[in-house]
Amino acid sequence: MEAAAMLSTSRLSAAQVWSWLNEVPDPEIPVISVVDLGIVRGVQVTGDSACTVTITPTYSGCPAMQVIADAVTEALTARGVQHVQLHTQLSPAWTTDWMSESGKAKLKGYGIAPPAQQVIDISGLRHGGKGGLAAGVKRHAIAAPTVVCPHCGSSHTELTSQFGSTPCKALYKCLDCREPFDYFKCH
Amino acid sequence: MDAKVNYLLRQGDNALVLSQRLSELCGKGPALEEDMALTNVALDLLGQTRMWFTYAGELEGQGRDEDRIAYHRDAHDFKNCLLVEQPNGNYADTMVRQFFFDTWHYFLIGALAACQDTRIAEIAEKSLKEVTYHLRRSGDLVVRLGDGTDVSHRKTQAAVDDLWMYTGEFFAYDDVDQAMVAAGIAPPADQLRAQWLAHVADILAEATLTMPSPDAWMQKGGKQGRHSEHLGYLLAEMQFLQRAYPESQW
Repeated sequence: MEAAAMLSTSRLSAAQVWSWLNEVPDPEIPVISVVDLGIVRGVQVTGDSACTVTITPTYSGCPAMQVIADAVTEALTARGVQHVQLHTQLSPAWTTDWMSESGKAKLKGYGIAPPAQQVIDISGLRHGGKGGLAAGVKRHAIAAPTVVCPHCGSSHTELTSQFGSTPCKALYKCLDCREPFDYFKCH
Repeated sequence: MDAKVNYLLRQGDNALVLSQRLSELCGKGPALEEDMALTNVALDLLGQTRMWFTYAGELEGQGRDEDRIAYHRDAHDFKNCLLVEQPNGNYADTMVRQFFFDTWHYFLIGALAACQDTRIAEIAEKSLKEVTYHLRRSGDLVVRLGDGTDVSHRKTQAAVDDLWMYTGEFFAYDDVDQAMVAAGIAPPADQLRAQWLAHVADILAEATLTMPSPDAWMQKGGKQGRHSEHLGYLLAEMQFLQRAYPESQW
């Protein structure tokens, strides 16, 4: 490892930790970092060589969380941080809005359609203030997002399956270039 | 047992037992996409189970972690509703069971996300988007199966008729549920039941299926640990490793 990337004798800064974490790849989509994905929610420097990193799971059952926690700890200890504490935070719940623009661009370049702006409208299944179904609100009234093919850019695409290769993705196919692709679901 | 701990274990047991049922279909789904979807739903439910059990173990204060709660209890200590332990059957059985559960789960989790207990509200908030996605999917499939071919319609109607008697338990509140309502945590049974019936009626109508009577006789007992014969077999498989090699670590 280059000396410049190591913790110098000066005190640890949060900005430094963020930049190191920005190099930790997501284990399932290695093209983007855990920071790009919005999993790292906070960095707190707690001493000369100690910090607390707050992470949040994308999905409750995300099997990559342990790997991510280990990778974060390893990346920081490898750079000389002596005490790394990890804190898992559930609320506010992770949303694809936290994914960075550069992260979305990297996903697209990798062949995965990034989440569309439109978030699943939970209120579509719910009713006014009481939480029931609104009269006349039907299941399919909840608009499906327009997903753009990451290969040819066409928005003439079709959902193949609500779940793709991981819980955070759905499977689509492009009706123009005929290629199948993963779509990072909006949540 | 403290009412809140009991209530948390019920949430975790429902998610765990249904997750285990769905994972039985891993590699055996009727189509690749369905196989992936079912196992992904199972994964979401398993993640939710961990959050419920971890909180229950902390509140209880007897040093039980999520694994101990999942693997070191026998059937009579499980508090899941009878519906989730019912076998997968044919695909209509699997999807109707899922749809009945998802509808209840969606309205319950939605209410818990705004409840008085911060930790429960956080777990529910984390789960709500997943649960919403599950409900959209299972509702779609019930419509597709019910309003499909003659065979799929017949099998789906049979599944609705067979599983109906396990749905009353969601709303049969006992002392534990009532204590949670009083504590500002659980939604009132009447409200939950009305929401559940309205959505189920809507989807079954679109699926051209006949809804059984809401006043039909209903099974109950799961929440109090009285289960159908199916749960024992499910646990025997799920808990095999810890029963054969207690305390073994991954």
